[in-house]
Amino acid sequence: MTTLWTPRRGGLIALAAVIAVLPLFLQNAFHYDVAILIGLNAIVCVGLNLLIGYAGQISLGHAGFFALGAYASAILTGEHDWPPLAALLGGALGVGLLSFVIARPILKLKGHYLAMGTLGMGIIISIVLNQEVDLTGGPDGMPVPSFVLFGWEPAGELTWYALVGGLLLATVWLALNLIDSPVGRALRAVHGSETAAEVMGIDTTRYKVQVFVVSAVLASLSGSLFAHYSGFISPAEGEFFRSIELVTMVVLGGMASTFGAVVGAAILTVVPQLLAAFHDYEMLLFGAVLMGMMIFLRKGLVPSLAQLLRERRK
Amino acid sequence: MSLLRVENLSKSFGGVAAVADLSFTIDPGAIYSIIGPNGAGKTTVINLISGIFRPSGGRIFFEDQDVTGLPPYELAGRGLSRIFQNLQVFANMTALENVMVGHHLHCDRRFLPALLRLPHIVRGDAACRDFAAELMASVGLGDYVHAEASMLPYGALKRLEIARALATRPKMLLLDEPAAGLNPAETDAIDGLIKGIAESGVTVLLVEHDMRLVMGISDRILVLDHGRWLASGTAPQIRRNPEVVAAYLGGGARER
Ligand SMILES: Nc1ncnc2c1ncn2[C@@H]1O[C@H](COP(=O)(O)OP(=O)(O)OP(=O)(O)O)[C@@H](O)[C@H]1O
Ligand SMILES: [Mg+2]
Repeated sequence: MTTLWTPRRGGLIALAAVIAVLPLFLQNAFHYDVAILIGLNAIVCVGLNLLIGYAGQISLGHAGFFALGAYASAILTGEHDWPPLAALLGGALGVGLLSFVIARPILKLKGHYLAMGTLGMGIIISIVLNQEVDLTGGPDGMPVPSFVLFGWEPAGELTWYALVGGLLLATVWLALNLIDSPVGRALRAVHGSETAAEVMGIDTTRYKVQVFVVSAVLASLSGSLFAHYSGFISPAEGEFFRSIELVTMVVLGGMASTFGAVVGAAILTVVPQLLAAFHDYEMLLFGAVLMGMMIFLRKGLVPSLAQLLRERRK
Repeated sequence: MSLLRVENLSKSFGGVAAVADLSFTIDPGAIYSIIGPNGAGKTTVINLISGIFRPSGGRIFFEDQDVTGLPPYELAGRGLSRIFQNLQVFANMTALENVMVGHHLHCDRRFLPALLRLPHIVRGDAACRDFAAELMASVGLGDYVHAEASMLPYGALKRLEIARALATRPKMLLLDEPAAGLNPAETDAIDGLIKGIAESGVTVLLVEHDMRLVMGISDRILVLDHGRWLASGTAPQIRRNPEVVAAYLGGGARER
């Protein structure tokens, strides 16, 4: 019953190895910065992929949850002197509750309507962050105190790298667990045919709400860490374009592939940095990637590659 | 005691009555068939019983409990399952996983244990996998266990839907045209499969156009026409009923 080398375990070990070895190739603070941003994006994308790739429910507003987590940490630690861990968990709890409350009405919508619904939600969050100047500092943004965990302060790039890398690994592990369970099969069944899933005894609304909340909470946690790491946040973290970025990462890496979400996050975090000179064209890049994937490689990079390897072996 | 009792059931779509004032009862263990011309309302009846549609009027009782308006997943929990006339296979999974989804109600489906992959989840999944593979073999799908569901030929997809529905361990199975699109040999095999299901104690509600199949295996037959009850009885009674012959079994085209 115990096979040591299963695809899931192999994938986890490979990811752990990459995270462990990567510092050998990171030569300066900028490299570390990009790696840490990859990790933070990947945590959001793994959660978002549970929602989009597995359960088949689109969200164009997840940057909103990321920003809410970031602002919760900034405000609770900066203005109210909460310990950062408490603020991070408090933000996650708040975002969890908020996403739970809006999930039911929103997830009743399907297809285009769901896209529009989540888009509206993200825009509302973005507007609130911009307008509530007293609370959020408005468009100018606000500073965030550094992260302190029971007296220990992660300082320096390598420490942050290890922290984010460890959390990414844990997130991937949890996601793989979930997918490989009756809950995961139920989510995929919702994607395949909602009607048939219901007839098989699956309360589709309940599962859609659960996975929506999980993905929102992961975005919030990542946002909190980002806030402390960068030391400064602005409403740009929650903008519509950030939501599109996140979806593009998921689509590029591969829908319904957890490792794909990590790969997608990695590529689309690195490429804009390489093309820093063409910053004005960033939106164009993401738009082109999204279109190209839909036309030529709908399954995404990782699933297509896996299929190619399987066919080679035959 | 009847297993299913339908009283004055009606369903209209924008003023068009798809089912009107329909009443019937099905005894446990029976193979009960509903026949009628295209558009008679057969699929609508199945959609009403399985909770896909809410009735416009009337009541449905399952095991003497009023189940009118309950959602499909609740009805599945009470022992009702079905297949779809226009297949609804989960094309994004393997055939085996399709059947495993059918077993969902009998698995630990809580979020937290799944997230942590507790040992009993691993054991439960292995047992579910074995159960599903065995069930597939028993309906003649042994060759397709590891195939992607989207790759299965049409006849196998019909069986896959039956296997998936059986995996819920239903008390009653609603079969909407299980033989449609099958060749005669495949139809004969389905005939045997349905008999086997009934013998295992599962009550069957069958909707089917293949009259040889229906007349051969049904304990009772209900004839629908334009959403209304036209006749019901045993196969010989139905075959001799002049109204049924006129409306459906033969000569209908001439009279209309
Ligand atoms: N979802 C729906 N919306 C609108 N009208 C519908 C819907 N479902 C069924 N109808 C209508 O209800 C009537 C009965 O359809 P139904 O599918 O129940 O017939 P049927 O007896 O199953 O036919 P067939 O033998 O062709 O499968 C038809 O006139 C159909 O157009
Ligand atoms: Mg029909």
